[in-house]
Amino acid sequence: MLRFLASRLLSTIPVLLIVAVAVFLLLRLTPGDPAAVIAGDMATTEQIEEIRTSLGLDKPIVVQFGIWFGNVLRGDLGESFFFKLTVAELIAQRLEPTLALALCTIVVAVVVAVPLGVLAAWRHGGWLDRTLMGFSTLGFSIPVFVLGYLLIWLVSLKLGWLPVQGYRRLGEGVGPFIRHLILPSLTLSVIYVALIARVTRAAVAEALTEDFVRTARAKGLPESRVLIRHALANAAVPIVTVIGIGLALLIGGVVVTESVFSIPGLGRLTVDAVLARDFPTIQGVILLFSVAYVLVNLLIDLSYLFLDPRIRY
Amino acid sequence: MNLRQRLALAAFALSLLIQAPVGAQDNQKVLRIAPHSNLTILDPIWTTAYISRFHGYMIYDTLFGTDAQGKVQPQMVDKWEVSRDKTVWTFTLRAGLEFHDGKSVTSADAIASLARWAKRDSMGEKLMGFVEGMEPVNATTFRIKLKEPYGLVLESLGKPSSNVPFIMPKRVADTPADKQIDDFTGSGPFVFDKAQWKPGEKVVYLRNARYRPRSEAPSGTAGGKVAKVDRVEWVIIKDAQTQANALAAGEIDIIEAPAHELYNSLKANRDLQIVEPNPLGFGAMLRFNHLQPPFDNAKVRQAAMAALNQPAFLRAQVGVPDLYHTCFSIYPCNSPYFTTAGMDFIAKPDINRARQLLKESGYDGRPIVVMQPTDLVVIAKLPVVATQLLRQAGFKVDMQSMDWQTLVSRRAKKDPPAQGGWNIFLTVWASVDGMNAIAMNAVNAACDKAWFGWPCDQELERLRDAFARSDDEQERKKLAEQIQLRAMEIGTHVPVGEYQIPVAARRNLKGFVTGYFLVAWGIEKP
Repeated sequence: MLRFLASRLLSTIPVLLIVAVAVFLLLRLTPGDPAAVIAGDMATTEQIEEIRTSLGLDKPIVVQFGIWFGNVLRGDLGESFFFKLTVAELIAQRLEPTLALALCTIVVAVVVAVPLGVLAAWRHGGWLDRTLMGFSTLGFSIPVFVLGYLLIWLVSLKLGWLPVQGYRRLGEGVGPFIRHLILPSLTLSVIYVALIARVTRAAVAEALTEDFVRTARAKGLPESRVLIRHALANAAVPIVTVIGIGLALLIGGVVVTESVFSIPGLGRLTVDAVLARDFPTIQGVILLFSVAYVLVNLLIDLSYLFLDPRIRY
Repeated sequence: MNLRQRLALAAFALSLLIQAPVGAQDNQKVLRIAPHSNLTILDPIWTTAYISRFHGYMIYDTLFGTDAQGKVQPQMVDKWEVSRDKTVWTFTLRAGLEFHDGKSVTSADAIASLARWAKRDSMGEKLMGFVEGMEPVNATTFRIKLKEPYGLVLESLGKPSSNVPFIMPKRVADTPADKQIDDFTGSGPFVFDKAQWKPGEKVVYLRNARYRPRSEAPSGTAGGKVAKVDRVEWVIIKDAQTQANALAAGEIDIIEAPAHELYNSLKANRDLQIVEPNPLGFGAMLRFNHLQPPFDNAKVRQAAMAALNQPAFLRAQVGVPDLYHTCFSIYPCNSPYFTTAGMDFIAKPDINRARQLLKESGYDGRPIVVMQPTDLVVIAKLPVVATQLLRQAGFKVDMQSMDWQTLVSRRAKKDPPAQGGWNIFLTVWASVDGMNAIAMNAVNAACDKAWFGWPCDQELERLRDAFARSDDEQERKKLAEQIQLRAMEIGTHVPVGEYQIPVAARRNLKGFVTGYFLVAWGIEKP
């Protein structure tokens, strides 16, 4: 397993290298000039040129890449063109909201979706199955921003139970932290509930047709034990895979939810940086996302060892 | 304790935790503002962005201010005098002015700040063209020596909008003008709390206890800048609906620039008020590229101008009749130099005349590129209207959609449209930026040195220069009118109407200062 781990970690290096080169080149080839953005609407061509020089954007692309890549190898992601803060500082500020939202969403989704999926599989084809899958389709179909606004209107504006927007860091108190996370997590989890419930239903339904389930039932085990210990446990691999991918997607940023609830996460940072052509920030966050995807996939692969003893690396 | 009791206890504890009141703080009076955009650049000299100007007015002060009537008034300056030949201006600062770090504001600080500002600002650059030198007389008095009399000395020093000549400590102002500052020590009514600044989330300003406001009532950027709250927080909320929801719920106190489509619902909410701190509003304009065919031909520009119809632009872009009005002048309506001279073709658009002019111009039917910024909602619909009207007049139009940042990059290119250049773009400026022909970049016709579009006209430049030199208000008015006539004759740009973006605020706030934009001083929160 150690050899597998080492080879997987080594294989991330060319992936990250390709991502770095591709992102760097794409940004330089895309129309848009950060100097013009910084200068503002009333700046003249000369002023824009001065700013471009001061940012080093007048240098050849190869030289710019060499400087940036050399810094990255030393662990320096550079400084934002706009904020006069390092990219690492910007990412650090945005990481907590994104991680908190992602984890909360996944926890809510798993806690709701897995039992629903198991129930639907257990009553496969029955009214319970059809109802749950109907809700699942609805969950897939309803746009996140529509659900978000509806929840804000009802829970925050009409009932006054929870705040409309914003994020409070854990350091500002557990209460405010939770209050600000409930609505966005609920909103975002709906689509993941739908996704995970469907995958769970399919996997458990398949497991329920296996011989070992028939044996378990023949032995007189309670149905709950058959469902959880025998069917669900053996259906875990696809469920964990989809949960892992969901988590990776959430870390990559959920821009619409972050905008509707004004959460200062990595998704909004990425979009803002793209719109402003803040090259160092875009490059930094995309590299971070790549690392996150690689690590999450590695963890998923490792989890298979525990979930299915037949799998060996 | 059994499982059920443990669960009940856990639920009770959790409910206590999350019942903490929203935004509970100590007894400080905190004013929460959702500004019109995210604050990215903290150096208001380095950029002309309005959000950086707002930041500048929070933490810096100016030698002169401009009151709501457009008159320049002393601000940090206590008294000033001009020599008989009008070439030596002597300014004395008010006693007791201090920066946030407790150090006194000196004449050396003022001179260094003006020098840096003038390298970035077109009006400052013009002023410095007349300046022979600036020198301190003593710690609080300094002198500006001119090569020859210049009529806009005070207007330049009291310029209210970007770039504003903010006064910084000399050590900060000595930063090269092409580099951002990283020390935000000012002497204004609020102090920037950099430690609490979370880009894209929150900007925090604390009341400056050292600030000595003037005794006059606040007006525009002049008068007593009294901070009446302990702390101002800019809460960065990008989504317009979320801004409105947060205001309705009392989580924020002010939306600086609410979306037009939310105006009626905000107005109908009894807990809220609509305030207009900027009666001059905003002016929209269409800009031609004078370097590239077909708009290198004045007749083609005139044909396009004859087709453009202000009400059509305003109805499409703003939609709320309360919030827009036509304005047939290059100067803002209700501003000192407003005149309708030479604007008949805009006041009475005529598609048939436009077609006739286009025919006479020899237009060869080449497609013209109109740039449309899809992501900037305050502009996005204007190019669509322009495209339709120009097509009606006989132009072949290629409207290209892009994001605003691509547009601002592309408009700096002088290449032909087929090689990444352009023919037309539209934008919106705060009307205060067009108060006179020197501040207004759109009528700068200095060829390569002009604003994007690069009009080139010696006569217009001669008139602007005469305006800048004049210190006689009647003469200036005449020159302002001649400038408008000439600008429209050569088609520097086309004003396509004015509109308001009023502030939405909680009803319990009072003390808003009327002028040119929202300022945080004067606002009281119970």
